[in-house]
Amino acid sequence: MMASSYNAKDEDGHITVSGPGGGTLRSKKPENTAFKQQRLPAWQPILTAGTVLPAFFIIGLIFIPIGIGLYVTSNNIKEFEIDYTGVDMSSPCFNCSQNFSWNSTRPCTCTIPFYLDQPYENNVFMYYGLSNFYQNHRRYVKSRDDSQLNGDLESLMKPSKECEPYAYHENKPIAPCGAIANSMFNGEPVSCCAHQTHSSFHLYLICLFTSLADTLELFYNDPNGTKIQIPMTATGIAWWTDKHVKFRNPTDNANLTAVFQGTTKPVNWRRPVYELDTDPQNNGFINEDFIVWMRTAALPTFRKLYRIIPKKNSMVPTLLRGNYTLEVVYNYPVRSFEGRKRMILSTISWMGGKNPFLGIAYITVGSVCFFLGVVLLIIHHKYGNRNNSADIAN
Amino acid sequence: DIRLLCACTCLGGDERRVDSRTIYVGHRSGSPNEAIIPPKFCDNRIVSSKYTVWNFLPKNLFEQFRRIANFYFLIIFLVQVRTVDTPTSPVTSGLPLFFVITVTAIKQGYEDWLRHKADNEVNKYPVTVLEDGRRIRKESEKIKVGDVVEVEEDETFPCDLILLQSSRDDDTCFVTTASLDGESNHKVRCTALLDLESLNATIECEQPQPDLYKFVGRMHIYTNNQEPAVRSLGPENLLLKGATLKNTQKICGVAVYTGMETKMALNYQGKSQKRSAVEKSINAFLLVYLCILVSKALVCTTLKYVWQSKPGQDEPWYNEKTQREKDTNLVSMFTDFLSFMVLFNFIIPVSMYVTVEMQKFLGSFFITWDKDFFDPEIKEGALVNTSDLNEELGQVEYVFTDKTGTLTQNNMEFIECCIDGFQYKYRDASSELDGFCVTDGPVNKLQQKAGREREELFLRALCLCHTVQVKESTEQKVVPPPEEQRGFIASSPDEVALVKGAMRYGFTFLGLESKTMKILNRNNDVEMYELLHVLNFDPVRRRMSVIVRSRSGDTLLFCKGADSSIFPRVRQEEVERIRMHVERNATEGYRTLCVAYKHLSAEEYAQADKGLREARLALQDREEKLMAVYNQVETGMSLIGATAVEDRLQEEAAETMEALQGAGIKIWVLTGDKMETAKSTCYACRLFQRNTELLELTVRTLEDGGRRREERLHELLIEYHKKAVLNLNLFLCSCCRSWSSANQDYGFIIDGATLSMVLNTSSESNSSRYKNLFLQICQNCTTVLCCRMAPLQKAQIVKMVKNSKGSPITLSIGDGANDVSMILEAHVGIGIKGKEGRQAVRNSDYAIPKLKHLKKLLLAHGHLYYVRIAHLVQYFFYKNLCFILPQFLYQFFCGYSQQPLYDAAYLTMYNICFTSMPILAYSLLEQHICIEILLDNATLYREIAKNAMLRWGPFLYWTLLGVFHGLLFFFGVRYLFSNPALQDNGQVFGNWSYGTIVFTVLVFTVTLKLALDTRHWTWINHFVIWGSLAFYVFFSFFWGGIIWPFLRQQRLYFVFANMLSSVSAWLVIILLILLSLLPEILLVVFRKPRGPHARQVELKHTYTA
Repeated sequence: MMASSYNAKDEDGHITVSGPGGGTLRSKKPENTAFKQQRLPAWQPILTAGTVLPAFFIIGLIFIPIGIGLYVTSNNIKEFEIDYTGVDMSSPCFNCSQNFSWNSTRPCTCTIPFYLDQPYENNVFMYYGLSNFYQNHRRYVKSRDDSQLNGDLESLMKPSKECEPYAYHENKPIAPCGAIANSMFNGEPVSCCAHQTHSSFHLYLICLFTSLADTLELFYNDPNGTKIQIPMTATGIAWWTDKHVKFRNPTDNANLTAVFQGTTKPVNWRRPVYELDTDPQNNGFINEDFIVWMRTAALPTFRKLYRIIPKKNSMVPTLLRGNYTLEVVYNYPVRSFEGRKRMILSTISWMGGKNPFLGIAYITVGSVCFFLGVVLLIIHHKYGNRNNSADIAN
Repeated sequence: DIRLLCACTCLGGDERRVDSRTIYVGHRSGSPNEAIIPPKFCDNRIVSSKYTVWNFLPKNLFEQFRRIANFYFLIIFLVQVRTVDTPTSPVTSGLPLFFVITVTAIKQGYEDWLRHKADNEVNKYPVTVLEDGRRIRKESEKIKVGDVVEVEEDETFPCDLILLQSSRDDDTCFVTTASLDGESNHKVRCTALLDLESLNATIECEQPQPDLYKFVGRMHIYTNNQEPAVRSLGPENLLLKGATLKNTQKICGVAVYTGMETKMALNYQGKSQKRSAVEKSINAFLLVYLCILVSKALVCTTLKYVWQSKPGQDEPWYNEKTQREKDTNLVSMFTDFLSFMVLFNFIIPVSMYVTVEMQKFLGSFFITWDKDFFDPEIKEGALVNTSDLNEELGQVEYVFTDKTGTLTQNNMEFIECCIDGFQYKYRDASSELDGFCVTDGPVNKLQQKAGREREELFLRALCLCHTVQVKESTEQKVVPPPEEQRGFIASSPDEVALVKGAMRYGFTFLGLESKTMKILNRNNDVEMYELLHVLNFDPVRRRMSVIVRSRSGDTLLFCKGADSSIFPRVRQEEVERIRMHVERNATEGYRTLCVAYKHLSAEEYAQADKGLREARLALQDREEKLMAVYNQVETGMSLIGATAVEDRLQEEAAETMEALQGAGIKIWVLTGDKMETAKSTCYACRLFQRNTELLELTVRTLEDGGRRREERLHELLIEYHKKAVLNLNLFLCSCCRSWSSANQDYGFIIDGATLSMVLNTSSESNSSRYKNLFLQICQNCTTVLCCRMAPLQKAQIVKMVKNSKGSPITLSIGDGANDVSMILEAHVGIGIKGKEGRQAVRNSDYAIPKLKHLKKLLLAHGHLYYVRIAHLVQYFFYKNLCFILPQFLYQFFCGYSQQPLYDAAYLTMYNICFTSMPILAYSLLEQHICIEILLDNATLYREIAKNAMLRWGPFLYWTLLGVFHGLLFFFGVRYLFSNPALQDNGQVFGNWSYGTIVFTVLVFTVTLKLALDTRHWTWINHFVIWGSLAFYVFFSFFWGGIIWPFLRQQRLYFVFANMLSSVSAWLVIILLILLSLLPEILLVVFRKPRGPHARQVELKHTYTA
């Protein structure tokens, strides 16, 4: 009883910090150090109109050129975008989008003609874009197992709980598990023909396609009337570190088919993961299309790199001006959530893809700074002295 | 009837609730035929520790989670753990909480371990106990009540003892109670009896109570079945635990109170917790942020369901729910709400509490370290008893100061005396040392002096009527040392001054030896007086007396005291002669005492003696009974003269007061002293200026009108109110421009009696009205003087102001025990390490050696602490708002799915590592204005008055800034990501890159914002600010550079490095940082020049102009 009342002093749970010294008498003279006497040498910047005004001008002078550079660069980037969702009756893909059925084994194809009014130099990048697709939905984002994708054998057979409800199918672990993998957009159309290399030049309608994915092919319509397929590479589209470190097949050299024994393919896929590509360096988990898809987008409207059209030589533009045809194997259903699908052709500069925002922002901020600088200078010059004297009088 | 009472207490002995306890000395039963029923008392173990090894964890955790903020974080953590579906891992909020709890637990555990150690040291200390004549060594904790304990010189008493036997001849012993009340002088304690061997006695005494100076007891001594002899026991017989035996070889005593029942333990109670205004502001802001949090969560939850109601959105084919999620659809609304709460909970940061506590704890070191507070005289610096109130020092609006010892030095000097109406002024010249010589001693206009007989009577009175001790020199000198070196020790410095004053006139007090007072008179003869009784001084009577018997057999009573208490007790015709002198002295600022005497006839003495003895034996109402006897004895005296003692002003008292007034602080002087003395001190301190109009509300002004006091009081209050309040308002309205010149200063004077009339008027309706009027008058006066105050009245005044409109921050400063109540009552209590013991220091929040230190404490330390902590608090809320706002905005783009924008590591580390150190360094080192300038310009203190930096205005500014920054960060990156192909190889960025860019901008902006606010860049600031940024970059590389084996998701793998490889990301980061800081920089231009130098320059201009 006594003890508790005696201790009642700092019981309210606060972190009571008794002051230094704690009631003991200090008879020592405090040390005369700069720190203890709060006299550390210190730089004491004075921010006055006089020091700040030049900063405004400097910011203005630096930002405006950068902004102009950015704007010009962005403007020079050529970009072509085509929506092939097929919502309109007039759209070539209308039928495909209407006739979608989950169990269809026959792919639906559509051909979209378009015209490039200017030649595209250098490497041309082909993106696919999706709208109203919530890749950043939390349930979706977490629905993956990075240790499985990193080649962990245990996780291969026992996918993480996060992958639910895409972790097991018919009591077999799904590889790769999770909603992200399950809903992969693009797929490599592995042809039935043995002579095909990893980069497919032709679209074989008779071939089975691997997943519930769209396949995009680009043809140049020669003025002569011939259709020339544009060669595209599917490597270099994923982050190097993803391709070489983050994503690993369970074993590097062995037969992938054997390794994935006992697992099952994602429900929506038509082919198992070890048949994504014939090239062993692009097959299984390290398939770049797969890796690109696995990097979840930040916003519900996004684009992802699909293919790179390498430049031929410096003399000839990569894509000539003229008529082109986009051939789509239309598999990916977006109508149920009112999504849109796009194909984007774009050149790239040092700042990335086309985006006027940065340039405009820089020019705006730069001009505002410069303008403010001028205005302030005038105010300061005209009224500054008088203000000061008024202050003094007070 | 004593026996009856004894029987009663014995019967009631089993119950613990009786008023007294009975102790069998040496455990021997009182009367032989009685069997001892040993009453159960607590053992002598001191337990100051809170925890044991076993109960530490549960008890400590319970204590910690009683704090509302900790509890909130615990709830959030539990929600994260228990809820199926939380956006962030429990680690993100669990880790900081765990950190805070652990650090606090370790700190408290360590403190408790120290306490255990200290307890053990005390409890295991070996003591000698006498049992049946044998000496037994025991551990201190084994002492039981009733044990006879032997203590040797320089040992501390192990428990509260009644002194039975002393090795000294005169049956006394000396103790010092320095560790109890700080009074280092030796005090005499008297034994109760001599014969120890065959002692058979019981002691009856009151139950333990904390008052150190009160003890009431009675001892029954049984000898051979005779009627037991009874002796009274008082505080002079009690040796307190914690006191030390001095000047005495050894003593024996019987334990009466042990362990936790000793007076020391009972006194060791913490003060009530004081909360600072800043803490209240924090709580208010916390509520606002809690509302923001809840409303964010509500908005998101609502919109989520709106969004989901559209077909295909809730569960598109690519993103199906698990079976469990489908099942729990019904309660999902609630869990969604909780999830959003969890996602946004970082807006209320755990770390803020840690940082605030650290800032307060570490910051208070600067006060103890300040060498300006070091006083070479007492060789001590300032003392910080609590660090919770540092910032309150910058907010003080009212200072309540004691006069004696605080404004004045309490270093008394005898100035003059008046005997029978003739003035004697001592001329300080060595030639006059021998005395009171006729030619130049008395300086009187009339050049007259009282008769020699009266003179000598007066001086004898001065020499006898006191409780002064002569300091014993180590070697016995035959010749008394020269008078200047002669040391006197007394509880009151006035007495020393008087004894020294008498010495100058030839009467030297030689000391008190076995109840005999020796005086060396002018003729160098030693006069001996037997000291019969001392009628102690107390503040209510305001006088003391002694009864002595001279060699010739005369019994004399000498009395000295305040004029108000002496005049009514002496013959009126004598009063008039003296009164003039007393009043003149009082106006000159001297402390006056009147001296009176009385011959006691044998009968009178016998009667008085009987009365005193009886009263001293009384167990109940002893005080009252004593008082009655005192009053009875001290009547019909004749007045001999009066003394005037000067109490010098403290060093720089006037400058300090002026500075505080310049800082807009209202100063109230609360003193027990006379009005005239106090008023003159106020003038001397420049609290009252020459042109100050004084409004007096004292007993005298009330009696002026010749009407009933109540009526007059009413009238005066109304009149003063009109003057001070209404006129001032009128002024303010009519001539706002030049009011400073026309402003009339008012000073208000009230005395204790009138104050109690104001506060306790008979009619209820008037009471509150008077109180209001009184307060309003006081608040419009620059200085208020309250004299003739009892200690409790001081506290009452403080409380009244504290609770008045606007609840101003009050500060009490005092040095004596009578100031303790007001020190405890005020928001900030300051003790002066003065001469009147240590009670004030022990009960204060801060203790300083001198009054002049108050200036720096408030104007520099207080100002800086306030600015620092205010900025700390605002900044913390700001940085967490702009941290969480993008996360909130992101919900609009991710289908309200509670997807966090930042990685868990960033969420966790943001407040702990990336942004915590710079603000801590800022809040410890910032000096937005140099200390010297703060001290020179007291008006700067007004700039932060009334919690200026933590009002809703600045809070709104910071909040808007946070919102602006949050919006900017989020949407800036949002527009950048309208094309996520940001690398020059065409590759795209995902959501984690998005978050990382926002986070990078955030960390840099928030840190640079602080850098912009920093006016005082020491190397520590540089190190911490640039170090945190470097650490952030380093950490991001590190965190993203490794495939972490224990994580299932490698979200940030190389995200940061890839971000840095993108020029666009760099450009947007730079742009956003600059754009966020632009308004800040812009404001600088419009604001007055800031910074220490700028201020200096500006002021220089002011002075020259």
